[in-house]
Amino acid sequence: MTLSLRLRAAIVSIVLFAAFLGAWHLATRSSGTTAAMSPEYARLMGLTATQGKSAMPGPLDVGAKLWEHLKRPFYDNGPNDKGLGIQLAYSIGRVGLGYLIAVVVAIPLGFMIGMSPLISRALDPFIQLLKPISPLAWMPLALYTIKDSSISAIFVIFICSVWPMLLNTAFGVASVRKEWINVARTLEVGTIRRAFTVILPAAAPTILTGMRISIGIAWLVIVAAEMLVGGTGIGYFVWNEWNNLSITNVIIAILLIGLVGMLLDQVLARFTRMVTFPE
Amino acid sequence: MTDKFISIEGIARRYPGAGGGTTTVFEDFWLSMTRGEFGCVIGHSGCGKTTVLNILAGLDEPSEGTVIVDGQGIEGTSLDRAVIFQSHALLPWRTVLGNVGYAVSSKWRKWDRARVRAHAQKFIDLVGLTGSEHKHPSELSGGMKQRVGIARALSITPKIMLMDEPFSALDALTRGTLQDEVRRICLETGQTTFMITHDVDEAIFLADKIFLMTNGPGAVLAEIVENPLPKERGRIDLHRHPYYYALRNHIVDFLVSRSKSFAAEVTEHDPRHVPTVRPGVGEPVIVSPPRVVEPNPAQSVAR
Repeated sequence: MTLSLRLRAAIVSIVLFAAFLGAWHLATRSSGTTAAMSPEYARLMGLTATQGKSAMPGPLDVGAKLWEHLKRPFYDNGPNDKGLGIQLAYSIGRVGLGYLIAVVVAIPLGFMIGMSPLISRALDPFIQLLKPISPLAWMPLALYTIKDSSISAIFVIFICSVWPMLLNTAFGVASVRKEWINVARTLEVGTIRRAFTVILPAAAPTILTGMRISIGIAWLVIVAAEMLVGGTGIGYFVWNEWNNLSITNVIIAILLIGLVGMLLDQVLARFTRMVTFPE
Repeated sequence: MTDKFISIEGIARRYPGAGGGTTTVFEDFWLSMTRGEFGCVIGHSGCGKTTVLNILAGLDEPSEGTVIVDGQGIEGTSLDRAVIFQSHALLPWRTVLGNVGYAVSSKWRKWDRARVRAHAQKFIDLVGLTGSEHKHPSELSGGMKQRVGIARALSITPKIMLMDEPFSALDALTRGTLQDEVRRICLETGQTTFMITHDVDEAIFLADKIFLMTNGPGAVLAEIVENPLPKERGRIDLHRHPYYYALRNHIVDFLVSRSKSFAAEVTEHDPRHVPTVRPGVGEPVIVSPPRVVEPNPAQSVAR
């Protein structure tokens, strides 16, 4: 009996996941020794000391907590106690805004760089110098000049997602096949129409690849940026729960960060497939 | 040569060479064609055939000289001069109809969709691709892609069609069929066509005039061969015509030996008045201009 590859892969995935959960459960179940102590002292010490419970939450604790979060994703009990849905929405909102500004800047600029060898050479030193700078290094400067932590975070997202899009757009535009340009030239197609009917469709797969890389980086950076600026967002949530010593919540946040990152990537991957043409 | 529809007048192409010098691909190049004529250029790689075609198309500029088409000096590319590219150059994200329609809507910008579509369809039908309008180039065979290229070029009803080795990437059978189609279409529409080829038989079948170019650098147009075969020739019985082998041998001789030795042996070559040769039974006859061409010693010995 041969099952399809997809089915067999799914079975292996499930087995691996179950094994991981099992190992996690076994590793964190109560097994430590309990010291005898007075009830008042025990209340101060918590479950780790009194019942020998591991400080690391097990899969069941995480699952129960996750269920609690999923039941009430949008509650708001003040600055330090908001639902996960709200925190994620803040992060996605910041990423979306910074990313959108980056798209608006990077794609036209990339077009110019790709189409003009002069601009390409003139801007190259700046791009080469600015590109390797960690986006978080901009944070103090952004905070000082913008004077608003939330906008500073958006700026950091902008600065980190602009480079891959810019370079990919410029590369995609510059490497459009000469013969397609020649077709447009022999048909007396004007510059603007040529840009939209030949260069844009031809470069679209490369541009979208750059956009996909950018959204991944933006999502990586937002967590770190929010840990710094504080207030709201999933990055702040992680840091806040660490300060609360709620490892359960930290694990849940990690899980959700991965999930959202995957979804963002999938959306861009779908767009990329839409504009890709077989040759 | 009374009516010069295309007139290439003294063009040259030079590239900056290594060490500060310049490399001349060709210079003082003259060529003319009348309306409705089918001209083929044959020469070895590197003789600048493609450059001549690109200059004629307006994709490239000559270092010197001008090109006059229909009484006007050309400046850049034009919808009057359609190019069929060697690599078909279809836009892969557009369908067959989209590719031809793109050309149509580029020529007639004010036409509405339905009109563009109907016009494009007419030329898709002409090249025998009815039923494949909505396919993308990746779904087509090499021959079908080149048919789309031909339909696209014809759809803008150009004054001249320029073909840069259009069939060289195709298999022999497909090439034959497409040659038949191109000949049929050109005869039907009276299209003036300028084509580059490596294939002697293709030139013999299609061309009215065959332009022989010597090897580059410093290539010249050595000879214009008039095709002595009748207009209504078929690809199948072409080789049975009494003039066929004289014509073919003449061209092959040129490509094999004379294209190399031409510059050294012919000292009085006047690029403005290139001899026209009309091979018939026996020796080739020089029909114009009435000028004595030095007999090629190598050839005389061989005969």
